[in-house]
Amino acid sequence: MIGADLYTALPEIVLALFAMAALMVGVYGGKDKLAEPILWATAALMVLLALFVGSKGLEEQTAFNGMYLADAFAHFSKMVILISAAVVLVMGQGYMAARGLLKFEYPILIALSVVGMMLMVSSGDLIALYMGLELQSLALYVVATMNRDSARSTEAGLKYFILGALASGLLLYGASLTYGYAGTTLFAGIVSTISEDGMSIGLLMGLAFMLAGLAFKVSAVPFHMWTPDVYEGAPTPVTAFFATAPKVAAMALIARVVHEAFGTVPGDWSQIIAFLAAGSMFVGAIAAIGQRNIKRLMAYSSISHMGFALVGLAAGTAQGVQGMLVYMAIYVTMNIGVFAFILMMERDGKAVVDIEALRMYSKAEPLRALALLVLMFSLAGVPPLVGFFGKFYVLWAAVQAGMTWLAVAGVIASVIGAFYYLRIVYYMYFGAETEPLDQMRAPVQSTLLVASAAIMVLGVINLFGVEGLAELAASALVK
Amino acid sequence: MLNLLSIITFTPAIAAAILAIFLRGDDEAAQMNAKWVALVATLATFAASLILLVGFDPQDTGFQFVEEHDWIMGFTYKMGVDGISILFVMLTTALMPITIGACWNVTHRVKDYMIAFLLLETLMIGVFTALDLVLFYLFFEAGLIPMFLIIGIWGGKDRIYAAFKFFLYTFLGSVLMLVAMIAMYVDAGTTDIPTLLTHQFDAGTFSLMGWQVVGGMQTLLWLAFFASFAVKMPMWPVHTWLPDAHVQAPTAGSVILAAVLLKMGGYGFLRFSLPMFPVASDIFAPLVLWLSAIAIVYTSLVALMQEDMKKLIAYSSVAHMGFVTMGIFAANQQGLDGAIFQMISHGFISGALFLAVGVIYDRMHTREIAAYGGLINRMPVYAAVFLLFTMANVGLPGTSGFVGEFLTFLGVYQVNTWVAFVAATGVILSAGYALWLFRRVVMGELIKEALKGIKDMDRREKLLITPLAVMTLLLGVYPALVTDIIGPSVAALVQGHELALQAHEAASQLAQN
Repeated sequence: MIGADLYTALPEIVLALFAMAALMVGVYGGKDKLAEPILWATAALMVLLALFVGSKGLEEQTAFNGMYLADAFAHFSKMVILISAAVVLVMGQGYMAARGLLKFEYPILIALSVVGMMLMVSSGDLIALYMGLELQSLALYVVATMNRDSARSTEAGLKYFILGALASGLLLYGASLTYGYAGTTLFAGIVSTISEDGMSIGLLMGLAFMLAGLAFKVSAVPFHMWTPDVYEGAPTPVTAFFATAPKVAAMALIARVVHEAFGTVPGDWSQIIAFLAAGSMFVGAIAAIGQRNIKRLMAYSSISHMGFALVGLAAGTAQGVQGMLVYMAIYVTMNIGVFAFILMMERDGKAVVDIEALRMYSKAEPLRALALLVLMFSLAGVPPLVGFFGKFYVLWAAVQAGMTWLAVAGVIASVIGAFYYLRIVYYMYFGAETEPLDQMRAPVQSTLLVASAAIMVLGVINLFGVEGLAELAASALVK
Repeated sequence: MLNLLSIITFTPAIAAAILAIFLRGDDEAAQMNAKWVALVATLATFAASLILLVGFDPQDTGFQFVEEHDWIMGFTYKMGVDGISILFVMLTTALMPITIGACWNVTHRVKDYMIAFLLLETLMIGVFTALDLVLFYLFFEAGLIPMFLIIGIWGGKDRIYAAFKFFLYTFLGSVLMLVAMIAMYVDAGTTDIPTLLTHQFDAGTFSLMGWQVVGGMQTLLWLAFFASFAVKMPMWPVHTWLPDAHVQAPTAGSVILAAVLLKMGGYGFLRFSLPMFPVASDIFAPLVLWLSAIAIVYTSLVALMQEDMKKLIAYSSVAHMGFVTMGIFAANQQGLDGAIFQMISHGFISGALFLAVGVIYDRMHTREIAAYGGLINRMPVYAAVFLLFTMANVGLPGTSGFVGEFLTFLGVYQVNTWVAFVAATGVILSAGYALWLFRRVVMGELIKEALKGIKDMDRREKLLITPLAVMTLLLGVYPALVTDIIGPSVAALVQGHELALQAHEAASQLAQN
């Protein structure tokens, strides 16, 4: 029995063992000289694991007495997490190396946090959930402070740690309330308790506290305050990582908890999630208008995007989960492209984050400017770019679930948000000229930037099949 | 020719891709190449659309040249034209070569300019041919991107303000329509426009947050669509983006904006609001009629006081679009015929007027009316052309402007005499501002020192404006060219509208008894 259990959790085990082995090699071997090979090996392993997870497809297995679930939903989320983490690792390598930040711990910590994320999306139990979440968070606290000599970076890490610990506390408190009133930590057990005895006030409190803790992880309003500071302070490749894989994991985790443990009482949580969604969409859209720092701007942008993804969850249906998954896949692709661009923003070898520096960028680098233009319109949700379809999916789910007001709020927020995306286009194409940025030769980053933009354009044909996969994943979660 | 519509729609986009990928450099030769590629592509599109026109059977009121393929999410890639949409396709393809010709003197980032216009053409044709809600929305919204760039990059002094205003205004209007489209999809289970045209959306009164919504779901959907089309049209009081956009846009951008982009709103009313939400359209018809009448009088008065030629023509466009909305919501054969005719005719006339302004702007680099005067002394050909289109704009019999206005009046008079009366006073005002403009710019003595050396229209300019003049006169004396094609489809639309209203009436009678 234990053998089968271990085999089911093989991807996590392999990645965890690899991380520990790499740590040993790093410590007793060449230290930071080995950083680059370890980074490449980690990325390659992640891609392999993504393929392996993908090959499992629709298989549905449980292990460790239901604490670990491997279904299509988990597989879909894991593939997105693994691939985006691998891409972000490779993408940021040059930047980290140029600034002397490429320590061998960096890829290892990322790998460990990815193990945590994989556990999160596979968890079938409150304890497994908490374990995965903490593993992920602890690794992330450390990578946020990767640039030890920078006050901003350490400040970012500390802020993230303190607020993250608070959120974990809330989550744990909610989990213990739930355990107290349901008598079990297993999601399956919670569901059957609710269907037998109904939703008690204690369970409701537990649910609310857990959602608050999880909302912190996806940086949903009103638990978003840490996001801009952490995005700004952390080294850019780390910021890129924060904006992608952990968001997918946390969003999938919320879907897992509400549907797997509280799936029979959607009315009790969809109101909370709808409130989080509406708040995030508006705060993200409005607060970003004042930002000049592109990393802070992207932080607010991601808050707003999380709001949209939450709209899908608020619907409380399989379509909603499908919409959320499609949205997250698209969001991650766009963000990889944009952060690839931010990594290339340099003047005299120093990183620049002021968006004013982009004035007339289209003259110096027409191709990159065009790619960023596509990404900006896609982030704003203007058709025919793929970003529009993500929005369409979640809004569709909301209207279908009778939450038309939320859909209307969403589209109004998207108009407000369009302003700051347009402003970047305006700087690049018709701003007054300024001191130009360096013309960098950055083959990896520009390839990723252009590829991400190309996906946004070509995806209009069939979304590269993500839609069908997400549908299977959603139907595995919502029965 | 199974894929004729796709070929027409995407030829410009393919040409744009060719330019983007293969054309290098920014010297004079490369610039000429870009212009020629764009011109050839638009001419080829026009030629292909002529095949469409020849093969089109006006008596068939259904959709023709239909193509259908599966797409994501249960949407379809479905295209087709009927009597209502085909002339808009023709208008677009016919005006694009002229537009390209109008930017022959541009030297700033020519390649990008051509790409933007070619993409815009694809998107505009797509709007008129799409037969799937989402596909329609895709084309409808995507047009904002190239237009934003055209105004922003090649526009005048305040182009940034104008570009943002244009984008955000129209974007806000259309996202509400998006929600309505989603609601329609949820309600009808399909996004196929021909199916939706036969679907009956619920018109039963319900209460929403304590408000009694008369006309039910139809009312809400109608309002959402109205938000989008009224802004696009533009109708008073949401027209304020148009003068800004027009003044700042380059000549070719103004031509396309006035001649084609404004027609999308009217087309939307014809394709969606009127046939899909007949009950709501009936409820709101008086509102729209009065808004149109106010628009005609108010914007004519505003036009009277403008000091910038482009702004004046922009306000006069708003007034003319007032005739269109008035005709559409009169919802009878004459009104609808007139509305469509007015849109086509306005496409030629306003396009020509903006070209005419462009001619003197290219020479003097100012659009201020006060900077001109007495042009007739040095530019006799220009004076004649300008007179022709000024008169057409006023609606002189013999020009196409007259037919459109007359038909819409005929339609509205049967429905609401007072609206027709108020709108008629607008016609007098339009004669006022147009003739006054002509007097100030063209007539009188040539006393301004700067104008002493101004040259008359050159061959290119004459070549561009001739087809527009021919069309204006031809449609003025032989309007059957248009009405024969649109007639049967419009008749079917009117009939369907009346049947739907009667059915609703009968149903509510039944409910009361």
